[in-house]
Amino acid sequence: MVTDTNEPADRASTAQDARPLGLTLLSGAIAAAMVFPLSWLLVRAAEVDAARAFGIVFRARNFEITLNSLVLMGSVTVLSVLIAVPLAVLTVRTDLPYRRFWTVVVALPLALPSYIGAFAFVSVFRPRGVVQSWLEPFGVQELPSIYGLPGAIVIITLYTYPYVYITTRAALKGFDGSLVDAALTLEQSRWAAFRRVTLPQIQPAIAAGALLVALYAVSDFGTPAFLQAEVFTRQIYLEHRSLGGAHYAAFLSLQLVAITLLILSVESRIRGNEPLYTDSASSGTGSRIRLGRWKWPATMACGLLGFVTLVLPVLIYAHWLFTVQTTRAETFAFSPIHALNSVGVSAVAAVVAAALALPVAYLAARHPNRLSWAFERVTYVGFAVPGIVIGLALVFFGANYGTFSVGGYSLGDTTLRTVELSVYQSIPILVFAYVVRFMPQAVGATRTSVLQVNPKLTEAAATLGKEPISAFRSVTLPLIAPGVVAGAALVFLTTMKELPATLLLRPTGFETLVTRIWAAESAAVYGQAAIPALILIVVSGCSMVIILKQEDYDG
Amino acid sequence: MAESVHTQSRRTQTDETNEDAILELAEVRKRFGNETAVADSTLTVYEGELLTLLGPSGCGKTTTLRLIAGLERPDTGVVRIDGEAVAGDGTFVPPQGRDVGVVFQNFALFPHLTAAENVAFGLDDWNAVERERRVDELLELVGLSEYADSKPRELSGGQQQRVALARSLAPEPEILLLDEPFSNLDVDLRVEMREEVRRILKQAGVTGVSVTHDQEEALSISDRVAVMANGRIEQVGTPQEVFQHPRSRFVAGFLGDASFVPGYVTGDIVETPLGRIGRDRLYGLAPEYDYTRIDVLVRPDDVLAQATDTANADGRITYRRYLGPTVLYRVELDSGETVGAMHNHSDQLSLDTPVTVDLAAAHELAWFPTEN
Repeated sequence: MVTDTNEPADRASTAQDARPLGLTLLSGAIAAAMVFPLSWLLVRAAEVDAARAFGIVFRARNFEITLNSLVLMGSVTVLSVLIAVPLAVLTVRTDLPYRRFWTVVVALPLALPSYIGAFAFVSVFRPRGVVQSWLEPFGVQELPSIYGLPGAIVIITLYTYPYVYITTRAALKGFDGSLVDAALTLEQSRWAAFRRVTLPQIQPAIAAGALLVALYAVSDFGTPAFLQAEVFTRQIYLEHRSLGGAHYAAFLSLQLVAITLLILSVESRIRGNEPLYTDSASSGTGSRIRLGRWKWPATMACGLLGFVTLVLPVLIYAHWLFTVQTTRAETFAFSPIHALNSVGVSAVAAVVAAALALPVAYLAARHPNRLSWAFERVTYVGFAVPGIVIGLALVFFGANYGTFSVGGYSLGDTTLRTVELSVYQSIPILVFAYVVRFMPQAVGATRTSVLQVNPKLTEAAATLGKEPISAFRSVTLPLIAPGVVAGAALVFLTTMKELPATLLLRPTGFETLVTRIWAAESAAVYGQAAIPALILIVVSGCSMVIILKQEDYDG
Repeated sequence: MAESVHTQSRRTQTDETNEDAILELAEVRKRFGNETAVADSTLTVYEGELLTLLGPSGCGKTTTLRLIAGLERPDTGVVRIDGEAVAGDGTFVPPQGRDVGVVFQNFALFPHLTAAENVAFGLDDWNAVERERRVDELLELVGLSEYADSKPRELSGGQQQRVALARSLAPEPEILLLDEPFSNLDVDLRVEMREEVRRILKQAGVTGVSVTHDQEEALSISDRVAVMANGRIEQVGTPQEVFQHPRSRFVAGFLGDASFVPGYVTGDIVETPLGRIGRDRLYGLAPEYDYTRIDVLVRPDDVLAQATDTANADGRITYRRYLGPTVLYRVELDSGETVGAMHNHSDQLSLDTPVTVDLAAAHELAWFPTEN
């Protein structure tokens, strides 16, 4: 732990609230709730005796799956950095035409679940699919297979690089551009100035974004499932569905969690904990890089990326929408209830996550010590644990405590107003899974916004007679509100497209947009996925625009 | 170290029962890790005065201010406000219970509130009518009535400072603390705001404790100055006292350009390279210093250098800096010491000119026993 050697005046903590006991207890309780689901994986895995466990872990099949997962993760991360960092520089520091527009366009794929893209591409590029039928007259008998690991790497990269783009862009914007000008006046070339001045400053942001990409890549369930890539997430689902596969599924889950925890431990070493507020009112923007004759190629590159990730899937779904399918089955027909279900559970998850994130993030930002750091880290475990694993753990939990008495408790729904409430596959447990899974987004956004509030403001409030609670309400809360809302919006956005936990934990008959897409793929009735997918694209797009607006970008 | 051993008559520090004392620090100590920020400081501030803690950065002056505000907790010692212990003696009153206002270095205005809302912030328990009147009154006091609805980012640095001042004065604090209040302002504005802040404090009738590293600022606005170094209060007194009769060489040097010339005390006369000085001109030179060596403090404006021929010269000009209205010279004396001399800008002495040096000061001079 870094000890605070700043001047006393710059200390974040003040004398009267050096030990916020209540806040610490609350934060600890929230952290405990977040790790709770994981324990059931261990319970289930512990049922297996040592010899059999050894046999499960050290078989060739297991190595193959592990290797595939690591290759997927590594390739996606490297490709994402290579795409995102130049894009960030291009849209922040150059005179690229229509930068605001391109900023939204290149960030937007984040809003789209990668399996939406995977599904779209599979539906047309699969063997004997639409594209091949178009090309047949030209003598093309076979397309390169879209299935398998390479296809999954390309598609996941196209939809996850924005994690790096967004963190890098934020760092570039917060970075004092006059430093670059200073370097230029010291006879450094543009490239040298970037390498020696800009890059060291934005490196933590790139690393933070890359970490998110790595986590997402190894946790992604939908795309490997649709593309039949043999990685952990898909195998866990298959084992869970197969008879007697529960134990192997538990072991696969634990291996996957081990990998994600490793990523997090690397990340924690590179992440700084320094306050982000500045005492000076403004940071210079510096001069922009003139692209000159590279202006149009750069614009074309942004355009092409936007076309492939955004326009093409929309065109494909539109194509399916207007293509009459012969195998139309009523059971797959779309109903507005599906959309309402999606929005409803996502909104509840967003509000709950934002509320729980506040104490954890505030404590970690304002009272940096071992304990508050540990609590904050623990809430990130929910992010380290892929949705399929959280889903599985809660399934194990539900199998043990399938029902319990909740006499008199009402959720405002007649079907739930029974004495025996089924926990396994209920809305509360589904929301709980979402909150555990996406809490870090709320914690991260809130923590950053707390760090941006100069602690002197809290001190000023205290000297003006405000009790700590009242000072928090009247000063800190209004100032961090945009961050808290942005965090909630992120949770909402990601919950909308969450697939694996939804599949495992939804109550029977509870259909959302994503479950309709899943069902359509399973039954190969691609046309039926068109409406849910298009709705998901529009809703996600709207949320993304809100988030970009939140961060007050002025081009 | 042992520079303050000689006896000089001083305005004695208060006895405990002083009726006018509004703030007392008694043996207050604060450490951060291994670093002692404030070492056994004792200080008394009187009702209605403006006292400035002056010292180089890292001397503990800001920590002292934060201890008074309740933003830090002292390790040992007692802080009393209006006779009541607010820290130490087994009690600790948090800032919100202290009746102490603070103007922060970066003003710490709430960015989401307008100027008027900032000023009203500490007036929660006033009724609406009185609150509004108080806000209007303070905005008028600081001359910002027409900016009531402006957000801090729409205001200039000087205006922000006025809002900060109005905000901290609004709840009628007993003591107002100002942490480097002018350091965030442009130089021109700084001088203007000094006068302005002093006027506002006096008009509001509040006791002020200010912190600065700028000696000119401290001397020009304060009723009394407390000079700090290494966590200790070296000397407390009126600006004239600390400037003319510094108790230590550090204080002498920190408050202005200081040169020391050696002297030898013989009866009614002190022999120095600048000639003989009457003993009565040395402030509080006690009999026990007879026939000992002392160092006499001379400031550039005390010294007059005049061109002469080599034979009669006391030294040579070795340095010359044109300051506009005045010219600062340094003269290396034949005895080896260097003294500064401040002349009117019309005087022209070039480098290496042989000069005689005379003491032109009419006031008493400060002195220190020579260190061995």
